[in-house]
Amino acid sequence: MIEIGLSHYLVLSTILFAIGLVGVMKRKNLLLLFFSTEILLNSVNIAFAAISHYYGDLTGQMFAFFVIAIAASEVAVGLGLLIVWHKRHNNIDLDTMSSMKG
Amino acid sequence: MFEAIAFYLFAFLTISMFYIVVTTQQALYALTALAAGMIFISAFFFILGADFLGAVQIIVYTGAVMALYAFGMMFFDTTRDVKEKQGNKFIIVGLSTLSAVLVVLIVSAPIVSDNIVALYPVVDGIGNTQEVGVVLFTKYLIPFEVAAVMLLVAMVAGIVLAGKKMDLSLTLMNDAEIRELNEEKNKKELS
Repeated sequence: MIEIGLSHYLVLSTILFAIGLVGVMKRKNLLLLFFSTEILLNSVNIAFAAISHYYGDLTGQMFAFFVIAIAASEVAVGLGLLIVWHKRHNNIDLDTMSSMKG
Repeated sequence: MFEAIAFYLFAFLTISMFYIVVTTQQALYALTALAAGMIFISAFFFILGADFLGAVQIIVYTGAVMALYAFGMMFFDTTRDVKEKQGNKFIIVGLSTLSAVLVVLIVSAPIVSDNIVALYPVVDGIGNTQEVGVVLFTKYLIPFEVAAVMLLVAMVAGIVLAGKKMDLSLTLMNDAEIRELNEEKNKKELS
């Protein structure tokens, strides 16, 4: 059976990152844009944990923890802003989200 | 052997779940698939020996973030189908190029830095949680506390943003009523 190396995890992380990137570029609904951001952060977490394991260094895991903390606070603030916007304008589409003229 | 089977199984499951998140028209399906994908990702952490990280992944993402999204989605009309942008050839080509370059960079990065030395080596015979605790509370104590402050700021921001005017619905009022409300508030503040 094939040995699972660092490259396997990095390729998986790249595929997930590309999926998240496609989501960020393709999605028009802001809620689903947030979901895509979560995918991006998670794919990076996989890469951190894999490198941490294969080099026997704990720093990767530490950074993964901080990424998780950042993701949690991003969700709290972003969802609050989203709720305010939805209360005011009754939609969360990205294309209509422009109040400036010009 | 088992590691390879587990890796390929969970890789397939994670990729398919996240593909559903990106392509589905229903926001609720996307939420459910994202929660499932988060759980599957924690399996990678367990395979890689980062037990504490896997537990944190399940607790924070599936327990906190997904619950937050689920509660937040009660404010939105999720039954309505999500309209998507028309396919733009330029964006798709640019995206594919970017992804391909990314693949090359990520795969070649560990080859370039082959002579890397572990600053905080994993010691045999000590649990992962204990190691993480020792490193987190010595070397990474300041970032840890900064992260705690940041979470506090995020909590205050979430309460201030989402908890404002819970008793009246701004969506059911028209613009004139909202303006009236704002003027009343301004008057109250001035007097």
